[in-house]
Amino acid sequence: MASVRLLLTRRCCTALKTTTARTHVSYEVKDNVAVVRINDPTSKVNTLSRHMQAEMVEVMNEIWGNAAVKSAVLISRKPGCFIAGADINMIQACKTAEEVTSLSQEGQKIFDQVEKSPIPIVAAINGSCLGGGLEFAIACQYRIATKSKKTILGTPEVMLGLLPGAGGTQRLPKMVGLPAAFDMMLTGKNIRPDKAKKMGLVHQLVDPLGPGLKSPEERTIEYLEEVAVDFAKGLAGRKVTVEKKKGLVQKIQDFVMGLPPVRKQIYKTVHSKVMKQSKGLYPAPLKIIECIQTGIEKGNAAGYLTESQNFGKLAMTSESRALIGLYHGQVTCKKNHFGKPERDVKKLAVLGAGLMGAGIAQVTIDKGVATILKDTTEEGLARGHQQVYKGLNDKTKKKSLTTFERDGIMSLLSGQLDYRDFENADMVIEAVFEDLSIKHKVVKEVEAVIPPHCIFATNTSALPIKDIAAASKRPEKVIGMHYFSPVDKMQLLEIITTNKTSKDTTASAVAVGLKQGKVIIVVGDGPGFYTTRCLAPMLAEAVRALQEGVGPKKLDSLTTGFGFPVGAATLADEVGIDVAAHVAEDLGKAFGTRFGGGNVEVLKMMVQKGFKGRKSGKGCYVYGAKSKEKKVNSGAEDILKSFKLTAPPAVSADEDIQYRLVSRFVNEAVLCLQEGILPDPVQGDIGAVFGLGFPPCLGGPFRFVDSHGADKLVQKMKRFEEAYGNQFTPCQLLLDHAKDSSKRFHK
Amino acid sequence: FLLQKYLYFKKTYITCSEKILSTKSKKTLAKPGVKNIVLVDGVRTPFLQSGTIYADLMPHDLARAALQGLLNRTGLPKDAVDYIVYGTVIQEVKTSNVAREAALGAGFSDKTPAHTVTMACISSNQAMTTAVGLIAAGQCDAVVAGGVEFMSDVPIRHSRRMRKTMLSLNKAKTLGARLSLLGSIRLAHLAPELPAVAEFSTAETMGHSADRLAAAFGVSRLEQDEFALRSHTLAKKAQDSGLLSDVISFKVPGKDIVSKDNGIRPSTMEQMAKLKPAFIKPHGTVTAANSSFLTDGASAVLIMSEEKALAMGYKPKAYLRDFVYVSQDPKDQLLLGPTYATPKVLEKSGLTLNDIDVFEFHEAFAGQIMANLKAMESDWFAQTYMGRKTKVGAPPMEKFNSWGGSLSLGHPFAATGCRLVTTVAHRLQKEGGQYGLVAACAAGGQGHAMVIEAYPQ
Repeated sequence: MASVRLLLTRRCCTALKTTTARTHVSYEVKDNVAVVRINDPTSKVNTLSRHMQAEMVEVMNEIWGNAAVKSAVLISRKPGCFIAGADINMIQACKTAEEVTSLSQEGQKIFDQVEKSPIPIVAAINGSCLGGGLEFAIACQYRIATKSKKTILGTPEVMLGLLPGAGGTQRLPKMVGLPAAFDMMLTGKNIRPDKAKKMGLVHQLVDPLGPGLKSPEERTIEYLEEVAVDFAKGLAGRKVTVEKKKGLVQKIQDFVMGLPPVRKQIYKTVHSKVMKQSKGLYPAPLKIIECIQTGIEKGNAAGYLTESQNFGKLAMTSESRALIGLYHGQVTCKKNHFGKPERDVKKLAVLGAGLMGAGIAQVTIDKGVATILKDTTEEGLARGHQQVYKGLNDKTKKKSLTTFERDGIMSLLSGQLDYRDFENADMVIEAVFEDLSIKHKVVKEVEAVIPPHCIFATNTSALPIKDIAAASKRPEKVIGMHYFSPVDKMQLLEIITTNKTSKDTTASAVAVGLKQGKVIIVVGDGPGFYTTRCLAPMLAEAVRALQEGVGPKKLDSLTTGFGFPVGAATLADEVGIDVAAHVAEDLGKAFGTRFGGGNVEVLKMMVQKGFKGRKSGKGCYVYGAKSKEKKVNSGAEDILKSFKLTAPPAVSADEDIQYRLVSRFVNEAVLCLQEGILPDPVQGDIGAVFGLGFPPCLGGPFRFVDSHGADKLVQKMKRFEEAYGNQFTPCQLLLDHAKDSSKRFHK
Repeated sequence: FLLQKYLYFKKTYITCSEKILSTKSKKTLAKPGVKNIVLVDGVRTPFLQSGTIYADLMPHDLARAALQGLLNRTGLPKDAVDYIVYGTVIQEVKTSNVAREAALGAGFSDKTPAHTVTMACISSNQAMTTAVGLIAAGQCDAVVAGGVEFMSDVPIRHSRRMRKTMLSLNKAKTLGARLSLLGSIRLAHLAPELPAVAEFSTAETMGHSADRLAAAFGVSRLEQDEFALRSHTLAKKAQDSGLLSDVISFKVPGKDIVSKDNGIRPSTMEQMAKLKPAFIKPHGTVTAANSSFLTDGASAVLIMSEEKALAMGYKPKAYLRDFVYVSQDPKDQLLLGPTYATPKVLEKSGLTLNDIDVFEFHEAFAGQIMANLKAMESDWFAQTYMGRKTKVGAPPMEKFNSWGGSLSLGHPFAATGCRLVTTVAHRLQKEGGQYGLVAACAAGGQGHAMVIEAYPQ
């Protein structure tokens, strides 16, 4: 019996082996060219997962073992993606730096074999070729890319707090030169095909095709493959040479880069630039510099070793975890969790052609949706129209849009002073002055002209939506859509639902926001919703600090030193002192002394004097002068002096001021979660980082509490509470987390 | 012997055409209550490669030659013409209404109005259909239409900056102002602006687009070279057998008499294979040998209402029947005009592809023609991009451009349309068919097709 069983299992094994065909990588040999096709059937994009790597190694070994194969082509079967990078989950699953280092070394080993391949390998790139995908491509002997809009090359690892860990830091500098390699790896920017060709990152470009006997996407890939196969044959037959003739400029550059003192100077300059921009809060850029420097100065072996070790170290940093968390959060917030709306918004109307209104109109027409931009005055309308035109025209200057595309997009905009054609609008977004009575008047006027299905969205930064909806005959169609300024640059959209807002209305608002390219959080109604409510106490604290004699410049450097991209004083100027005053007063009324701190009168006095921030030329700073150095507005300083407070020395050290600002922000965020304004910590982190500039290296207020420790934060707040009172009283949820260290907002 | 052979041919043709006639979907395209409009005759100057014998002329000189040729050929009294419409693409700014300048020089009555139209490579088609419209509307009885293109000289302009400076100079009142304007001129401002055969909307040159189109439809280099060779071979044959009777002799001032097209050069596949791609390098398939070349030339036709023609004692050559204009995406479907226009015009006429005896398609590029043929053969393309249930079908090659085409005869942009129509009329007469179809693509992603019916012999 035993032998029978053994036989059976053995048979099973062989059967299993033959049926476990490869799923991610396949190849065929055409005319002595092995065409290797990658396609992860489980995902929209190809990633270098363990599975993918294993199959790739198997396939490459088969190809190298086949004497009939003289060259190879590596191509993806996915229309918009070559390889989008390494599998992030694979890295996240690692518990120790050593584990990650060994992952990196495995990758290095595979690509080293690819680089030393006995037959030429052509990477045929269509769609995103990022991170590990690019590292794979540059290990190949030849690269051909399509000029498709979807084709981008880059090393975005730095944005996840990592570095190109599969030979990228070693190969790229040799391929594109030291300055370009630094630029690519330190900024993580996407490189378009034309630029890639100029840089020497790819050898040939292939035009994307239009309709033929197959769909453009399908045929373009086929065509790319045909061209790549031809080049592969050419390389095998030595009819095509890899080496590009170097121009004079290139030769001179190579010569200069060959001089050690020059290189030393470059490392120094880059290092100081990184330190200046990152304030030393981000470890990845510094490690990248170290890897490149080691590779060039100490040779390949040392370079690869440093790369893999640094990669391991970085993967274990809280900064990398925070950035990866934001990446995942952003992916989640780019989905519609409310289902497909009953009808698509085909015509949108925006009321008010101010900065916000025009911005909303711009991002809407940009995605092909016809938009009415209505204002009450011709001057206002002309200004808004010009803003939209300028926004699009700037894109033509950057060549991301042709002038013809710009004109076509502009033709979708209808600027008008009346309610003509509102009967065909599917959604109206009002962006008029922040005054409840004006908003009520607008609701009534609009509801008289729009069709029954039309959604009324209000772009307010602080007024509760239910108060605005009070004037509506159909509150289920009313929703808040809080955009951030400048609308075409800021990624976040905060959508606010009241308890009367219907699910379909929410689904529709999210769909519009996604179309506009926004990262979306959906929060509950209340004064200041989520974002404004978090920002207000921080700004109140900032005003207090100013009153206590911390100058605007010092305040800015303290906040940027903590990781905020924009300093608190500058932020107030950007938001507008009048808006800040308005919000402070409204929320002060709603939340009482907890929102106190700085004196609202300071802001009001500034507004009275005309110091409304950047838009009026003066705020905390003076604007308009051409000199780079921002000058503090002495008028504002005088006002601050007249409201001077004495700083309690126990809580006025630099670090104390930083934590006073941040803890009020974070406490309010946690309170929003506690009260149900926020549905989950992920949206809280995304909203804070993408809308308010909460330090990305901290990953958002909730991740910050997790990584910093709720108990430590509570201790600090208690100290501040003693000096200032209830503005620093930690909320219950924060206290719960402080008590039980196993409680975390993020798993 | 020759005569015998000719008679034999004629006989077979006649029996053929009788057979064809009996199987047509429609006996004639004449419609009750609609005026019959006829092509009385058509002529053209020899089409010459630009920069050759015509090099020192101006566009209106060529147009004048075609107009005079038409007058000579038809014996038309100059004052019998009600109106003249002419097409041109690259405009000579001095003669922007080239129709009027040419007509005056050709000796037409100065009481005959003339205007110029432009619609890229279908400009003279537009001139002809404008004429048809004028006659159908009862406004005219006899209209001359035509087209001219002169690529030996094209407007090369100063840069915009330089032009601006020069225009300001006109307005500058003081010497100081003038000097300061002159001082503002930089070397870079002197760089001239050259015209390109490129789409303004996409900035893509036509050859580049044609190469992509050929690739999209999987047209190989070999297929393109073969088609180009066919065009040259057939053109040579037609030229040698005297079939290109629309060509008039033209005494070029200061030069010899020209009476033949000079771009017909049947080559060999081997020689053609040696050429490098002209637009998409190094892997493209469109070369100088399988593209139409830059050409100088002019054409003209006389279009009349049937009654008028008969009253004047003419024996018309053909009826001009239904026509359509189409347009589509100028980026990816720039040169697919024939594919879109053919089924549409057939539907309008109530004919099928099988009813057509003679096809004359404009050959911009061999790759473009092959792509159109493949598109017309594809149900998938018809359904996915044209909103049609089925394909229209590709024309049978034995009926297709059998006297050569733009690839070999040449392609003076705005003059080609009249050549196509006249050739259809001549081929219908010669080959004995009843219906002919003209189709052409044009820059801007536009296209045109027209059905022509033979005038009963």
